[in-house]
Amino acid sequence: MKELVILSGKGGTGKTSLTAAFAGLAPSLMLCDADVDAADLHLIMSPDIQQTHDFVGGNEAVINQDLCTGCGTCKELCRFDAVSESDEKFVVDALNCEGCGVCVDLCPENAIDFPQKTCGQWFVSATRFGPMVHARLGIAEENSGRLVTLVREQARKRAREQHIELILTDGPPGIGCPVIASMGQASAVLIVTEPTVSGIHDMKRVGELAAHFKIPAMVCINKYDLNLDQTRSIEKIAKEKNIALVGQIPFDPAFTQAMIQCKTLVENDETSRASQAVRDIWHAVMASPAMKIERLM
Amino acid sequence: MIISIASGKGGTGKTTVAANLAASLDQAVTVLDCDVEEPNLHLFLHPKIHTRENVVAPIPRVDMEKCTLCKRCMEICRFNAIAVAGKTVVTFPELCHSCGGCSAICPEGAVTEMERVLGIVETGTGPVPDMGFAQGLLDVGQVMVPPVIRKVKSHIDTQGITLIDAPPGTSCPVIAAMKDTDFVILVTEPTPFGLNDLKLAVETVRMMDIPHGLIINRAGMGDDAVYAYAKEQHLPVLLEIPFDRKIAEAYSRGDLIISRSNDLKEKFQTLYHDICRLVDAQRCAP
Ligand code: SF4
Ligand code: SF4
Ligand code: SF4
Ligand code: SF4
Repeated sequence: MKELVILSGKGGTGKTSLTAAFAGLAPSLMLCDADVDAADLHLIMSPDIQQTHDFVGGNEAVINQDLCTGCGTCKELCRFDAVSESDEKFVVDALNCEGCGVCVDLCPENAIDFPQKTCGQWFVSATRFGPMVHARLGIAEENSGRLVTLVREQARKRAREQHIELILTDGPPGIGCPVIASMGQASAVLIVTEPTVSGIHDMKRVGELAAHFKIPAMVCINKYDLNLDQTRSIEKIAKEKNIALVGQIPFDPAFTQAMIQCKTLVENDETSRASQAVRDIWHAVMASPAMKIERLM
Repeated sequence: MIISIASGKGGTGKTTVAANLAASLDQAVTVLDCDVEEPNLHLFLHPKIHTRENVVAPIPRVDMEKCTLCKRCMEICRFNAIAVAGKTVVTFPELCHSCGGCSAICPEGAVTEMERVLGIVETGTGPVPDMGFAQGLLDVGQVMVPPVIRKVKSHIDTQGITLIDAPPGTSCPVIAAMKDTDFVILVTEPTPFGLNDLKLAVETVRMMDIPHGLIINRAGMGDDAVYAYAKEQHLPVLLEIPFDRKIAEAYSRGDLIISRSNDLKEKFQTLYHDICRLVDAQRCAP
């Protein structure tokens, strides 16, 4: 089984539009939306949700005022400034609580409860291209890395059960915990960048991250004709960093039009220049050594 | 006045707004790049960096001479970052949240703390007089983002104007960036993805109870659904930046878009005054 994770570092480079277009080009696949913080893939996939599960992401300290004697130990120990004192009452600010449980274990009066919290939901759905595992992290919740790990594990498990050989994962932006969680054990990552100063900067950081975790990386350039000088710099950097350049896509309003129609780029207009470029990229990616699916006899 | 600039979705033009607003103001301003995973503001402002400081967090170090293998450290750790394995105690620094639980609970005083570097914070001055600048940079492979953001925010100018470029999303890093700011500018684009992520961002700022308004970037590129949503939710649209290939090209080179038109510069100045009015109105509201 192979898993391709689509990343960009910077958001807004067309990562999700590309993931969706690829989904329509693969003969059979499992889709996984690992951008749990601001998921968009469902807008194009219109998934038919078949299972909904709660994501229990951690615990949160709550002080029981009936038992608290106001000794202040919790406030002293909390490294996250989550405990505050007002009117001689100690309270935990849920937004700051890291769920470390230190106050819970060390309160001399055992006055602190530590209920589990539901931090979001994850779903198993059917789409016109195949099954999809996706999630929604609650607003202002932590543990996005754990939720990413969970949706990927579920996608793997289900792909194995259904004998699906390819998982396509729409990754989160940035280089922090959700991105690291989205990369582990992937067959390859495809970085979608754009020829802008920010696009280049962020592509370098994601490329370093992939190298750090020893995951083969490829790159494609969206809107390459927006700035040909920057496109050339990307080509140069990719070469230096040993990242295979698998193609470039012209600046094309077809991206937005397809999105408005809730269709993939290719579904919306098979003949557009962007569609053609996306098809070429897909074939180049699938022919790469990291992604080639070996068929066992 | 502290204004943070955020968006649910990345790539909507947060950094463009932060850089151009900062450069349009006639007053002294401090700009902080809190998108520490992918800081981009420096690419547009080209600040002179004067100081560079590590952001560190404590991780445990175990003195095996004192340790009795009682496992108390392992039991208190909610992040599986310390474990008794056979006759020794192993730590996993990359999982450690630096909560201090293990050192607080160890009955033998065997756990002390040492520093681990999470990233750096740089400070400097911007291209125009009176512009202060600071940015955080998470080390590649590190995951503890909020401490780096908090360190960048220690450079807030409490007297003057501070602009904060927040990270994308709605989870802990954004919360850390927007916390205790006076106003949030939400930058979006008029597309289905933009709208979907804007709704999440609006929920987030409402939960944090911070006054906010909208900037619609690349106006004209998509559909009108964002406008309908703004109207229905009574969100003030503070500024529209047109969808224009010239602007996209200026951005791609790292140029400020106000250098392309005086008109835009004036609009950014008006934006600031509008925000002041909104903040005062909401503060004075009963
Ligand atoms: S440690 Fe326990 S008893 Fe002491 S102030 Fe905190 S909650 Fe109250
Ligand atoms: S659980 Fe940890 S972070 Fe939360 S209040 Fe207690 S000590 Fe602070
Ligand atoms: S709590 Fe202290 S004595 Fe007990 S196992 Fe941990 S380090 Fe050793
Ligand atoms: S400091 Fe906290 S998170 Fe780190 S090892 Fe100790 S108990 Fe675990």
